[in-house]
Amino acid sequence: MIIMNSKNKKREIVLPGEFLGENLEPGPGVYNEGKQAYASVLGVKSVRANRVNVVPLSGRYIPKVHDCIIGTIIEVGPSSWLVDINSPYPALLHITESPWRVDFGDAAKFLNIGDAVLVKVSGVDEIKRVQVTMKDIGLRKITGGQLMEIPPSRIPRVIGKGGSMISLIKRSTKCRMFVGQNGRIWLDGGNVSTAVAAIKKIEKEAHTFGLTDAIGKYLEGK
Amino acid sequence: MELIKDGKRIDGRSFDELRPIKIEAGVLKRADGSAYVEWGGNKVLAAVYGPREAQPRHIQNPTKAIVSCRYNMAAFSVSDRKRQGPDRRSVEISKIVSEALDRVIFTEQFPRATIDVYMEVLQADAGTRCTCLTAASVALADAGIPMRDFVSACAVGKVDGQIVLDLGKEEDNLGEADLPIAIMPRTGEILLLQMDGHLTMEEFNKAVTLGMNACMKIYEMQKEALMKKYTGD
Repeated sequence: MIIMNSKNKKREIVLPGEFLGENLEPGPGVYNEGKQAYASVLGVKSVRANRVNVVPLSGRYIPKVHDCIIGTIIEVGPSSWLVDINSPYPALLHITESPWRVDFGDAAKFLNIGDAVLVKVSGVDEIKRVQVTMKDIGLRKITGGQLMEIPPSRIPRVIGKGGSMISLIKRSTKCRMFVGQNGRIWLDGGNVSTAVAAIKKIEKEAHTFGLTDAIGKYLEGK
Repeated sequence: MELIKDGKRIDGRSFDELRPIKIEAGVLKRADGSAYVEWGGNKVLAAVYGPREAQPRHIQNPTKAIVSCRYNMAAFSVSDRKRQGPDRRSVEISKIVSEALDRVIFTEQFPRATIDVYMEVLQADAGTRCTCLTAASVALADAGIPMRDFVSACAVGKVDGQIVLDLGKEEDNLGEADLPIAIMPRTGEILLLQMDGHLTMEEFNKAVTLGMNACMKIYEMQKEALMKKYTGD
């Protein structure tokens, strides 16, 4: 266990199998054995009230219901599309979950292989069959702009506390952005190259403190 | 050939001394997780991919992930060129390593998926299966795969009637017994135990205790390697 200090803030990095405490309720990244809680992934320990969880520092995207993500179409069926969502499991997008009136067999007229879509996870069952929907505000097919991919574990830092980081980047680059929980980011208009550089900087310095301020200074200097 | 002289082993180590070990995490960019281990004359590179969808579909398990490992020795890893491709020995090591890792990974969190572990022996010098397991478990943690614990491994053996730790090449070839052990360091649960040669019951118990203590030392080095990567010091 290593504790990183910066002023009075603490960040504790834990490894799989490391003891976290007793009589704590296990959150994500934690498992219990009797009353003892242990970390199951490499990450940052955080305790809130009586609940302990470990925020992973690496790893694949595992779909969760209500996540907004960016997918690409990999297969077209008569009444559904198969969407790659940058996770071990592809997702199913049914024609009734699309914003259009699609006739049976006409799916390819609306979305074809290689198209990118903003979707929301609507269901994940116990064998991890994933269903996504486009029936929500802001969900659509992506036309124009550019996509970039970063490790999904870095996404919370790109968004920042209460969306502080993302709104900072949007404000100073005048970019339109959409950050998917699966590690894919869509950018369009404004100063895209600066926004990309800022996100790459966040990805590289994700473990440091005061990142929002550092990025603010970086963007001012541009 | 005299393997023990004046209470010292052929390479000058004492009976309970490990060879010098260097572990580095996250050495490969394209893999999800990786590790490089130098253990005496052994040099092993381990890479982890996944969890990813198992292909072909019929090998998928709807209740848990498959852990598939490949142990491979490079043609130049031994003094006589090693013929390429899987042989009886490497198929066996691949199997026992995947069974040991299967026990520590939370496979039930990833139904229908596989977690692939590739271990390449670049240079072999006795004890490669322990080196590979050590490297593989660091690579798995680096890949962010949920695990109950680490896997730490070390070999013990009998040379000239003495129980010694971490056999070298000559000791392995000319010694009387070789006993690789892998454990979960937190619980002390044994994940792998093989024996080649003969030991009495007392010798066996002594060897297991010696091996488990050494595994704890390996565990500390594994933790250190990961901390070095993730805290940058």
